[in-house]
Amino acid sequence: MGMNLLQHDKPLRDRIEKSTKLTLVQAVTDGLKTMMNEDPSVIVLGEDVGKNGGVFRATDGLLAEFGDQRVIDTPLAEAGIIGTSIGLALNGFRPVAEIQFLGFIYPGFEQIVAHAARIRTRTSGRYTVPLVIRAPYGAGIRAPELHSDSVEAYFFHTPGIKVVVPSNPYDAKGLLIASIEDPDPVIFLEPMKSYRSERREVPTGKYTVALGKANLVQEGEDITLIAWGNMVKPTLEAAQKMEKEKRYTADVIDLRTLYPLDRETIVQSVQKTGRVVIVHEAQRTGGVGTELISLINDEALLYLRAPIERVTGYDVPVPLFSLEDDYLPSVARIADGIERVMGF
Amino acid sequence: MEGFITQQLSLEAKRQEENFPIYQLVTPEGELTDDGERIYNAELVRRMYKHVLRARLFDRKAVNLQRQGRIGTYAPFEGQEAAQIGSAMALDEKDWIFPTYRDHAATLTFGHSMVHVLLYWAGRFEGCIPPQGKHIFPPAVPIATQILHAVGAAWAEKMKGTAQVALAYFGDGATSEGDFHEGLNFASVFDVPVIFFCQNNGYAISVPVERQMRSKTIAQKALAYDMAGVRVDGNDCLAVYHATKMAAQRARDEQEPTLIEAVTWRYGAHTTADDPTKYRDQKQSEERRKYDPLLRLEKLLRGQGDWDDTWAESLHQTLQQEIEQAVREIESYPKADVTHMFDHVFAVPTWNIREQRQYCQSLLK
Repeated sequence: MGMNLLQHDKPLRDRIEKSTKLTLVQAVTDGLKTMMNEDPSVIVLGEDVGKNGGVFRATDGLLAEFGDQRVIDTPLAEAGIIGTSIGLALNGFRPVAEIQFLGFIYPGFEQIVAHAARIRTRTSGRYTVPLVIRAPYGAGIRAPELHSDSVEAYFFHTPGIKVVVPSNPYDAKGLLIASIEDPDPVIFLEPMKSYRSERREVPTGKYTVALGKANLVQEGEDITLIAWGNMVKPTLEAAQKMEKEKRYTADVIDLRTLYPLDRETIVQSVQKTGRVVIVHEAQRTGGVGTELISLINDEALLYLRAPIERVTGYDVPVPLFSLEDDYLPSVARIADGIERVMGF
Repeated sequence: MEGFITQQLSLEAKRQEENFPIYQLVTPEGELTDDGERIYNAELVRRMYKHVLRARLFDRKAVNLQRQGRIGTYAPFEGQEAAQIGSAMALDEKDWIFPTYRDHAATLTFGHSMVHVLLYWAGRFEGCIPPQGKHIFPPAVPIATQILHAVGAAWAEKMKGTAQVALAYFGDGATSEGDFHEGLNFASVFDVPVIFFCQNNGYAISVPVERQMRSKTIAQKALAYDMAGVRVDGNDCLAVYHATKMAAQRARDEQEPTLIEAVTWRYGAHTTADDPTKYRDQKQSEERRKYDPLLRLEKLLRGQGDWDDTWAESLHQTLQQEIEQAVREIESYPKADVTHMFDHVFAVPTWNIREQRQYCQSLLK
């Protein structure tokens, strides 16, 4: 086994001339910079994105390079940032709006679900909103209250927007570029815990990781593990632990895009293994995992050898950090989930 | 401690309404004010009369169509025509408007077709498609949200270096929403060429404006954003036109936003699903007929010797015909195609939408 990052991008790998080792957050910056150089209609706006370079430094250096007409520090107002970005997007720009934390997106929620997601439908395509909303999200960095929310399901449930979640630096840049080029609104969720947890080779030029395509990170025979964002890493660790201890081998799928789901990759894997564990840090009830189970029931029920197991956050507000580790799915909880399915 | 207190701190709020008197060019009796004398132009006023009459006849027809079950719920605007039409007439063809569901007098004047407006209320998204080259946004249904879109669209024009401006329509209730504040704030921080056009019709459904806000005027809210605020008689089409024209010019020349409050009244219900007798004395509405925008234009033209009965009669007839033709057209429109609901969710339909579209089509066979 081994992590096959570029497995689905072989022709691309051959084309890569130069690459550099970046963290996920640096890859985001690199993606923004690449697209701002490529397309003058790409602008970046949000709170603290200019001088400060973003609270996580995701927009570091962009102001100096592109000026304050393209890197815009806005008033502290989420509906304002998203609502004006909608107006900019429908009038020729490709705004990339930053919301400092996903848990702060709620004042802008109406603009996303009532407008950004529907303008193409409401105008039968006359107006479109090529907007990307970036938001760091997820628990595990000891952040204060509300900063750790993982509410991808709100957007996953809203027709008209795509939901993208990178888990590593290579994907972050490629998916971000694909999101900026996408003609429809995209919610781009950046897992905070993975921002600086590793460095990986990232090509220096422009490349895309297609939206709607999952990454089969590791191949195995006995079980399919599905995760995204911050959960990919512990899921892989759990897979390796169980392989070592019990000789179970696992397909590990990093979804990369939640909407639209990569049905093909999921179904093919389930048809091969017949067993599934879904791992997400968001609350369990009504989470994306629920839809995945439904999809598998529709497409591969008769291949299943055990009920599908979910290892998720609990149905409680994400607790403050004294209990954060108890809330988050851990390697041990994921391994336990694998054991339950294998032992059914 | 006493040493710190060098002067009496006055916490008495400054009343600002006296700074925002109602701007008028034509009195309710149809007489021109001094400023009005300078601006009066018979041809322009006759065009206004035509647009106001057209919108009024259309609006009444739409209410009737709803009563007969020929269209769905409808939001009437009778009484507010001058505010909508005066402002829409003041814009350039390439400007943007962001209306609400009550602003069809504005959209019709700005170039939308009656057929499209009726299609919308007949429950079809095709009604939201403006004529080619016209920047008319679909009616905003949530309150105040479109204010931010207008700011964004105008901001884009500024960055592109064009002379186009955007105008957002909204009601008095919208000024209680956060998006109103965020829109004005962004526009003033970034010097955006946008016009915020509030039709203060006294009620947000059933809640009177005194219950909506403590400030005496909406125009004075502009002070907080260091932008121009104007309070205009919303039933005086000429005054609205002139105020909007000035705001648009300033937006084009100096990239400055303006807040316009047009004080007006809706005679009817909030929508055809609402009963205004529950919250408003109907005599109050009938009283307001004295200040009616259409009547005022008629009085003005008569007073200036520019009224012609034959002209008015034939205008009435032509407009009635236009409306009947539009109704015939929507009623003979082909049935909505089920594929339409699937075709514009994304630029390229996702697999789930593709499959659901196929399934839905198979049900028709």
